[in-house]
Amino acid sequence: MFDFSIITNWIHEQLISFMPTGLAVFVECVAIGICIMLMYAVLAIIMIFMERKVCAAFQCRLGPMRVGPYGTIQVFADVFKMLIKEIITINHADKFLYNLAPYIVILASIMSFSCLPINKGLEVLDFNVGIFFMLAASSIGIVGILLAGWSSNNKYSLIGAMRSGAQMISYELSIGLSILTIVVLTDTLQLSEIVERQADGWFLFKGHIPAFIAFVIYLIAGNAEVNRGPFDLPEAESELTAGYHTEYSGMHFGLFYVAEFVNLFIIAGIAATIFLGGWMPLHIPGLDGFNQAMDYIPGFVWFFAKAFFIVWLLMWFKWTFPRLRIDQILTLEWKYLVPIGLVNLLLMVIIVVFKLHF
Amino acid sequence: MEIKKPHIKSIPYEDFKNNEYLEQMVQELNANGGKVWLGCLDDLINWGRSNSLWPLTFATSCCGIEFMAVGAARYDFARFGFEVARASPRQADLIMVAGTITHKMAPVLKRLYDQMADPKYVIAVGGCAISGGPFKKSYHVVNGVDRILPVDVYIPGCPPRPEALLYGMIQLQRKVKLEKFFGGVNRKEEEPQKAK
Amino acid sequence: MNEIIDIPVEQLHAEMKKLHDERHFDFLRSLTGMDWQEEGLGVVYHLENTLTGENTVVRTHSANRENPEIPTVCDIWKAAEFNEREAFDFYGIRFTNHPDLRRLYLRDDWVGHPLRKDYDMSEETNPLRMTNEEPVDTTARLEVLRDGSVIEKREVIFEDNEYIINIGPQHPATHGVLRFRVSLEGEIIQKLDVHCGYIHRGIEKMCESLTYPQTLALTDRLDYLGAHQNRHALCMCIEKAMGVEVSERVQYIRTIMDELQRIDSHLLFFSCLCMDLGALTAFFYGFRDREKILDIFEETTGGRLIQNYNTIGGVQTDIAPSFVQKVKEFIAYLRPTLREYHEVFTGNIIAEQRLKGVGVLSREDAISFGATGGTGRAAGWACDVRKRHPYGVYDKVEFNEVLFTEGDSYARYMVRMKEIEESLRIIEQLIDNIPEGEYQQKMKPIIRIPEGSYYSAVEGSRGEFGVFIESKGDKYPYRMKFRSTGLPLVSCMETLTRGAKIADLIAIGGTVDYVVPDIDR
Repeated sequence: MFDFSIITNWIHEQLISFMPTGLAVFVECVAIGICIMLMYAVLAIIMIFMERKVCAAFQCRLGPMRVGPYGTIQVFADVFKMLIKEIITINHADKFLYNLAPYIVILASIMSFSCLPINKGLEVLDFNVGIFFMLAASSIGIVGILLAGWSSNNKYSLIGAMRSGAQMISYELSIGLSILTIVVLTDTLQLSEIVERQADGWFLFKGHIPAFIAFVIYLIAGNAEVNRGPFDLPEAESELTAGYHTEYSGMHFGLFYVAEFVNLFIIAGIAATIFLGGWMPLHIPGLDGFNQAMDYIPGFVWFFAKAFFIVWLLMWFKWTFPRLRIDQILTLEWKYLVPIGLVNLLLMVIIVVFKLHF
Repeated sequence: MEIKKPHIKSIPYEDFKNNEYLEQMVQELNANGGKVWLGCLDDLINWGRSNSLWPLTFATSCCGIEFMAVGAARYDFARFGFEVARASPRQADLIMVAGTITHKMAPVLKRLYDQMADPKYVIAVGGCAISGGPFKKSYHVVNGVDRILPVDVYIPGCPPRPEALLYGMIQLQRKVKLEKFFGGVNRKEEEPQKAK
Repeated sequence: MNEIIDIPVEQLHAEMKKLHDERHFDFLRSLTGMDWQEEGLGVVYHLENTLTGENTVVRTHSANRENPEIPTVCDIWKAAEFNEREAFDFYGIRFTNHPDLRRLYLRDDWVGHPLRKDYDMSEETNPLRMTNEEPVDTTARLEVLRDGSVIEKREVIFEDNEYIINIGPQHPATHGVLRFRVSLEGEIIQKLDVHCGYIHRGIEKMCESLTYPQTLALTDRLDYLGAHQNRHALCMCIEKAMGVEVSERVQYIRTIMDELQRIDSHLLFFSCLCMDLGALTAFFYGFRDREKILDIFEETTGGRLIQNYNTIGGVQTDIAPSFVQKVKEFIAYLRPTLREYHEVFTGNIIAEQRLKGVGVLSREDAISFGATGGTGRAAGWACDVRKRHPYGVYDKVEFNEVLFTEGDSYARYMVRMKEIEESLRIIEQLIDNIPEGEYQQKMKPIIRIPEGSYYSAVEGSRGEFGVFIESKGDKYPYRMKFRSTGLPLVSCMETLTRGAKIADLIAIGGTVDYVVPDIDR
């Protein structure tokens, strides 16, 4: 397995060879920040393009075709347009909060994005309570959405924001429980450590039935967490026109739009990391030749392949199911997912205590 | 002066019927000249704008069904990048006035247009939106949406076929490709009165 | 037409009550305002007994042109509420004791009543007003006091402290430009107020200055998803008035076209319902298959949506040579595809939960509101005009009238899906037996209808579509009224949605399946 820390360490050494350590760390931080932002933007563009093509394929259509070969640079055109579109400020809106909201959403999204271990040695934020930090960071997004709905001075926005508040806070619980199930199995909160533990088999396979149940719960709750159909109530096109971002135009709307897609990727990335081994190649204990062959495929390829597979799964959900109603969403969460998640956690504890897992 | 020709993929310039009008428009826009680098930037911006015209989901009658048909599988305007139909006027670039506009609807339509963020375009779809169509003599029908909004493209028909709608949208793309973001004046409406 | 009863205004309410209670005329088919010039203004009621299928027509008029007052019948038939508001809007007839006497279609500041014969059509009376209408939260009620005098009372629709959201006119889920003002308590709908008229084009008034063949052109644009059926109704009414029998071939072609149109409309219904509920993929499936019907239409009639096909005494052109074969291919194609629809949408647990038990309409309410079509049949009311008053060749074919008893959104949805299958069955029985004959009868160059009033109805895609013509023997109709299929449907929206959630409003609106230009005319 190629370890990226060799490169990063080398860069670090080069930098401290001609500047003080403090400055070197500062330069590295800036560079990494820029890299993350860039990757964030590129991923958003890839995701939007993928969404359009995937939904077109489900709907017997072609999707974007004219701009660039097979429409590949369609999204760039959208970005250019979005960047120079007028940003409307609304009378009677709370101007400060109104302008702040999209940035909170994007900030939360970038913070949790930087927690994802992409390859061995390519972890930006990696410390012993990594998962905990990520869950905390991603929940800041709710504040942004609530603010957006509240400050817009629009009744649709307000209803959308209230819906999203109820929905996202509820589903945070299920996400936490399903991740906790795996944490019990690994006894660590550090993301890189979690990935390392999956060297002899992904947790989805190692963790018996509880891990699988946790995976399903995680997919459902994760989908709800990023407000995508069938849980897209906060923006429910046919009910609330555009939900919490009804009044946003131009790039402010663009930020919401981008955050939605990258959040989807983050959810998929976490699922890939926790349940499907992150950048860890597919290893089957006992088949050494096979394992070695798998190791030749670089880790980030594994990571992105797994993440995009899950993204594709979630898109499949979105384009197949009708939307739920608000009471049904809450019923699903509080009456089904949370109890199942709790029992599942207990089951996992029993399995771990009696060492029944592989 | 050489006219900048808008390029539309797989349709040659000569195949369009309204080229004189476009050329005249370019000449008017370029009357004062402009800087080369600004022109290049303009091209980039116009490329973005013209390929990403998001329509507002707005329809009043029959033409709206054809508008939906254009979005559906057989005609699929997603190919041109039109598919992100936004329900909120703030996020839309283009309003397709599909259907009859009545006296009661006119102020609502005007408000919708005002709510859209610049740059915004209007396409009048079908006989009713162009002139009142079969209901021209009615007491409650606005004879042509251009009495209320500045219209960019007219698509005749009752209702226009989906192909006609696509053609109309491509015409709008051509028009957008010639606009000037820097230097030129694109205002289609009169200068609004200063708010009191 | 059967008997016409003239009732003086003073006894109207009592007599109508008697008709309803004793003779069981519980279905108000149509309520038409009239302007009989010297005789004054009046109303024509078409009533039907849903047990026996017996029909009757009641007329009343008030000689006072300035302040015509007619007692309301909306406490007898709920359907009258919106229809009387329409008559008030068009003729200025003031219905006493009507709980909500506002204009239905036109703006509140509109001058005059347009369907009166003496209405001034010029731009000056009613210029294009670009100011937004201020929402008014009160309504008028004319109360008759003991001594017979009438006072106007203001009644409150929405209190000041209610949380009111405005849905429409531009809203993705209202299927056009309908507008609801909804009072919410959290997500729950407390009250709903329907505003129509955003696409009111005054077709009925225009018809009065058009010759009969010219009026045909406007019917297609009423309910554009029932273009054939609407035009069929008008042609039938004119033919009936003139005593013209159309050839067998024309009957067959018209019936097949009607059924194709019904399938087309129901497919669109399926698509739009799925889109409203958020299942976007199913939307594209419906549209994909709808295009196949449009291809068939296009080959014969040249139009996709608006076909202008039926004419007085026949049809515009003979069917295309490949018509029969194409239709057969389509039937063979659609049957398995319908199964796909059910797999994608109907069987889905979310879809079922969204639709089942939502927006229940009882059979009594359906009849009282006159909510015909799929909505009525889902509530268990056998209201299919094709069975009640067979026209075309419906008496020669075998088909079931799809009936459900639940009356909820799911039943309304299933009625339509089942009706697609029934329509396929009807077409199958007819398509091989289209008799030879001429497709258009020779008609006189100028068509006149003998004096009298005529009503005929067809089963449109979403209910009974009726045409009422009052003729004075001219080449223009004196009054032409279209019984809208959608108006009764929106009038029962209040009942359906009360206590439901906003998301249910969308589901109910989708399954009730109204087409707004048909409501507003």
